[in-house]
Amino acid sequence: MNSALHAIRTIAKRELVSYFTSPVAYVFLVIFLLLTGFLTFTAGSFFERGEASLSAFFAWHPWVYLVLVPAVGMRLWAEERRAGTLELLLTMPITAWQAILGKFLACWLFLAIALALTFPVAITANVLGEPDNGAIFAGYLGSLFLAGAYLAITCMTSAMTRNQVIAFILSVVICLFLILAGFSPVTDLMVRWASPALVDTVAAFSVVAHFEGFQKGVIDTRDLIFFLSVIGFSLFATGVVLRSR
Amino acid sequence: MIRIDNLVKTFAAKRAVDGVSFAVERGEVLGFLGPNGAGKSTTMRMITGFIPPSSGRVSVGGHDVAEAPLRAKRLIGYLPEAAPSYPDMTVHGFLSFAAELRGLDGHARKNAVHRAVERCFLSSVLHQSIDTLSKGYKHRTCLAQALIHDPEVLILDEPTDGLDPNQKHEVRNLIRELGRTKAVVFSTHILEEVDAACTRAIIIDRGRIVANGTPAELKAMSATAGAVMLHAQGASAEKLAALGKVEALDRAFRVYPRDKGAAGDLARAVAELAGREGWKLEMLRTEEGQLDEVFRRITLPDTVNKK
Repeated sequence: MNSALHAIRTIAKRELVSYFTSPVAYVFLVIFLLLTGFLTFTAGSFFERGEASLSAFFAWHPWVYLVLVPAVGMRLWAEERRAGTLELLLTMPITAWQAILGKFLACWLFLAIALALTFPVAITANVLGEPDNGAIFAGYLGSLFLAGAYLAITCMTSAMTRNQVIAFILSVVICLFLILAGFSPVTDLMVRWASPALVDTVAAFSVVAHFEGFQKGVIDTRDLIFFLSVIGFSLFATGVVLRSR
Repeated sequence: MIRIDNLVKTFAAKRAVDGVSFAVERGEVLGFLGPNGAGKSTTMRMITGFIPPSSGRVSVGGHDVAEAPLRAKRLIGYLPEAAPSYPDMTVHGFLSFAAELRGLDGHARKNAVHRAVERCFLSSVLHQSIDTLSKGYKHRTCLAQALIHDPEVLILDEPTDGLDPNQKHEVRNLIRELGRTKAVVFSTHILEEVDAACTRAIIIDRGRIVANGTPAELKAMSATAGAVMLHAQGASAEKLAALGKVEALDRAFRVYPRDKGAAGDLARAVAELAGREGWKLEMLRTEEGQLDEVFRRITLPDTVNKK
């Protein structure tokens, strides 16, 4: 057990350090902060709403992550495959699970850092009014799980190919499906021909619906389980893909 | 240390490795020869546990690679083909990472990195990032990674590929030295390396072992093995024909023995004949046989072989 944690930590540390030794991390952070700032204050009309909440901020997260999370995660395994280091990594005395978890956690931690750097938004709300800080915390937690779910999906697509572009496109498509599944224009369209049970099933996969609870300050176990099972399933699939050589 | 039993790997419809069995003990350096695509790398990947065999068994140090992969992997140092490494890391960072994954910490890790750096002559580039290094240094960085935990088993896939002649020489010496205390398997398509570093060689072709023996035994399979080369003024093929089949070369003659086992006798007989006839002897040599000739004969497709 101890050696498993040691291996996971070693892999995660290398991965995280490698982000910050290349410009990718900084480019990502700047774009993420600019984009969320712009969407919140301009397109989301944060000030004009006249309410002390971060709903204008969190509402954009499923869309911002849709492009940015696959962009960070696409190299996770595709690059190891392309450079041949996958062979090095998987012939070390560690299990594939440890490598998968280590890499995933490193990338997730990086996304958490990016998310944490949006703290000025929360401060602004607190300066201007009296928001429910519990709801803000829940929103951040939900956002972190949302990012984790997208990231796990990207992990899986990245393991399938040595081409980062393919990994990117595949994960955007899958994540887009998870957004649109609960989007009312889509569900309205489906109601015309699909059975209500099918519509409900598809809608249950909607990340937006599961994220909404968090934004309202409700940490629902069902929502947590949803995100955790997307992460768990995707990482499991990553393992299956990596071991089918 | 390494025991391979009837190993088979099938990709789609192709049998890349088709029933390979061999064993390597401590103190042996096994040269793995074969044309490109013969199944050398695939076999090595199965030994190191990177790809599972379709059937057959591999055990390293008594641990079955399929059943106890971590125990087996701990004993192995592996240099994959093309020597991959993380280009954004420094040599020191990369070797520390490898040592850490091998479970080495603190002092042990420092010592391990130091020893590997010394062995692979990397001290001058220790703090450079790997993508700025020349191919030879990159290659040795990956080799250092394979040696970092002083493993009992070394699997080296083309360890001298892409090195200059001096570096090749160093790496061959290193392999020979390591082979005294470890079990080493290395693949190559440079035949001189077999002579320079191996205690035993296996030739593999289209997934099957076609020859297995010491370098001397393999060379003895050559058609010219045991023949006597003579270069002398006044020598004539008719006179030599009394001793065996004669082949006239550019300025010399090659006499093939009637009985391969008595090679020394033939050289003596040729020398006596030269003395009797008063030929001015310039060169007289019993040939060991040539590995590349053996290699070509047993690995060429049958159609070419029949000519």
